[in-house]
Amino acid sequence: MPIRWKNYVVAEFYDELIRSTSRTREWARPLCRFFSSLKDEELRERKTAAELAIRSMGITFTVYSEKEGGSIDRAWPFDIIPRVITKKEWLQIERGLKQRVTALNRLIDDLYHAQRIIKDGILPGELIADSENFREQCVGVDPPGGVWAHICGSDLVRDKDGTMYVLEDNLRVPSGVSYMLENRAVMKRIFPELFDHYSIEPVDDYPTQLHECLASLSPRKQKFPEIVVLTPGIYNSAYFEHSYLAQQMGAELVEGSDLVVGDDDCVYMRTVQGLERVDVVYRRVDDLFLDPEAFHPDSMLGVPGLMRAWKKGKVALANAPGAGVADDKVIYAFVPKAIKYYLGEEALIPNVPTYLCIDKTERDYVLANLDKLVVKAANESGGYGMLIGPQATNKERAKFSRLIRNNPRNYIAQPLLTLSTTPTLVNSHAEPRHLDLRPFILSGNKTYVTMGGLTRVALKKGSTVVNSSQGGGSKDTWIIDTEST
Amino acid sequence: MLSRVAQRIYWMARYLERAENTARMVNVNAHLLLDLPKKLPIGWSPLIDITGSGALFRELFADASEKNVVRFLIADARIPGSLMTSLIRARENARTIRDIIPREGWEIINALYLDTKAALPTALGQKRRFVFLGSIMGKIEQLNGLFSSSMLHDVGYNFLRMGRNLERADMTTRIVDVRSESLLPQESEDLLPFEHVQWMSVLQSLSAYQSYVQKIQGPVRRRSAVRFLLQDPDFPRAFYHCVLQIRACLRTLPNNDTPMRFVGRISRIRRARPDEMEKNQLHDYVDRLQLNLARLDSIIAQAYFV
Repeated sequence: MPIRWKNYVVAEFYDELIRSTSRTREWARPLCRFFSSLKDEELRERKTAAELAIRSMGITFTVYSEKEGGSIDRAWPFDIIPRVITKKEWLQIERGLKQRVTALNRLIDDLYHAQRIIKDGILPGELIADSENFREQCVGVDPPGGVWAHICGSDLVRDKDGTMYVLEDNLRVPSGVSYMLENRAVMKRIFPELFDHYSIEPVDDYPTQLHECLASLSPRKQKFPEIVVLTPGIYNSAYFEHSYLAQQMGAELVEGSDLVVGDDDCVYMRTVQGLERVDVVYRRVDDLFLDPEAFHPDSMLGVPGLMRAWKKGKVALANAPGAGVADDKVIYAFVPKAIKYYLGEEALIPNVPTYLCIDKTERDYVLANLDKLVVKAANESGGYGMLIGPQATNKERAKFSRLIRNNPRNYIAQPLLTLSTTPTLVNSHAEPRHLDLRPFILSGNKTYVTMGGLTRVALKKGSTVVNSSQGGGSKDTWIIDTEST
Repeated sequence: MLSRVAQRIYWMARYLERAENTARMVNVNAHLLLDLPKKLPIGWSPLIDITGSGALFRELFADASEKNVVRFLIADARIPGSLMTSLIRARENARTIRDIIPREGWEIINALYLDTKAALPTALGQKRRFVFLGSIMGKIEQLNGLFSSSMLHDVGYNFLRMGRNLERADMTTRIVDVRSESLLPQESEDLLPFEHVQWMSVLQSLSAYQSYVQKIQGPVRRRSAVRFLLQDPDFPRAFYHCVLQIRACLRTLPNNDTPMRFVGRISRIRRARPDEMEKNQLHDYVDRLQLNLARLDSIIAQAYFV
């Protein structure tokens, strides 16, 4: 039986397409009508075609498996029903993201210089003193334009009243943008007729914008600065993305061993012609592995002397080392205050209310309400190091209670948001599944926000974990102009 | 071009070539044995000698039976020279240069690895093996065609050609060496008809038989076969031809002084007379050729990969 929207039950959540059971949102009607017009067989054919396209386009993420003798590429699970946001709403979000990233960059720069925000009593100094992501090595460094986080991926979620919140900021090496681009390419290939019904904002200019952003950082002012993408190598789960972005930008994809820092503190890559100077390194290697001279002495991924070259301004690193100090989940709680402090503005996109375990009153509240809260470790990502209280066992809660008491600085708690849902294909009908959104914000000589971003969806019924490594999939994200059509 | 990328193209080509050569060698040997008198003590052990892995083989297997040798040369991923190892390494190299080689190229290599791995448990018996190995060779030939017709013929492609030709030349010398050494007692009248058969099979294992017949137009004899395989300028698997190819590639590359000089030295084979050499002399001579190839490999690595 084809998709019947009247059978789609909107529970207590906010649904992105369906206002309430049997009532689609006005601008979603052509989309819903289209999907319900497809017969089962057609639906299956399109789904198979999408899967084939994904496989043949080589869109994969890598998982490492001892059993299978090395790394394996997995196709990225993709859902064919797009996620839609109106342009009117999006422009608000875009402004909010630009505001947030501007403030975050000011915050990072301040933390590595005068630390005014601490001296003025806005941010407790001990949070920085014990931050795992604060890098002594970066103190006093002046990256071009005072920008540290050139590429930021902030995760947005929508609560049941429809409000968008920032759930977290990723300021180190955020990934996923290649899937955003490829998801659109797949949709255009499989559902060209859908694009007739809507005017959908294109996303394809991201590689160009990224290239421009990186080029603007070049220490040598020349027309074609040498830009490289530094990858940890094929065993990294995001290797596909590294190679994809390098290819799209026409940049070299390099590994640590391809680069060498000369006596003149400039960075060079080894080519068959000999050494060639590198201006900008878009590094997808974590801080601690960047330079064995400055960080982990046994890192095989890094380039000895890279930090020296960066500090002397001979090469640009994007993102700058140390930028991660501001995506710590504890610092996150202070971002609205930082926006106010640096920009004199109220945050346009709110934070999720956050309890800091370092504060005794808040910690006691958290410990007493573990069954209602989500607890997160300050520096973990990818859905690891997390307790979802209402769904956890007593044993798991007891473990986190212990962890929090042992190291309160490292934990925060938030109420369990009732993440919004959107119709997702299950067999041949649509069911609500929870989702989030990761837009990407570029900061160089100007600030750019992707049109939409990567929508990740929890494919398991009732689950709110959207990470690809834990059963998540993704959808194409449409920003539609409802006024012009 | 990044040195590492050049190096990986070069090794991808070498491993693909090695996989193809190994498959062909096994198939040809199986055919040869069907034609030889059963009393001859030839069997499968020369194949182990060709790959230079006798010590490892004796460590793992009790005897050089067909089953053991085939398993050793084809299936075992722990063995450095096996076909499976070559495919794994070719794929690992290709994975890191997916943005350089044609996309279908990566897909074929990936499928070749996956399909071979899946087929191995049932494909090595006498009945299915011939077709199985034939299809692997076919896929690699397809890849060579694809690279030639859709890659930019620039620096990267030259490294691909150099890798392939170096590996080819190496295999040719190994086969000439082992076969002229161990196949048959040299002067024995009653076995003369089989000299023809054995050298025919040597030519076949380098897919050289047809070309040989076209060019030499005479019976297959040791002398002319050795000359053809080592010194022919036109036959793609002849040692001298491979050297000429490498020289042509090097000529287009920067900083080529040292490698060009060395290749010049190797090409002196043109004026040698290996066909007139006694068994031992030939063995020493081929040994020197192989050492030269190893030197050339390290000279190329020194010039471009570090």
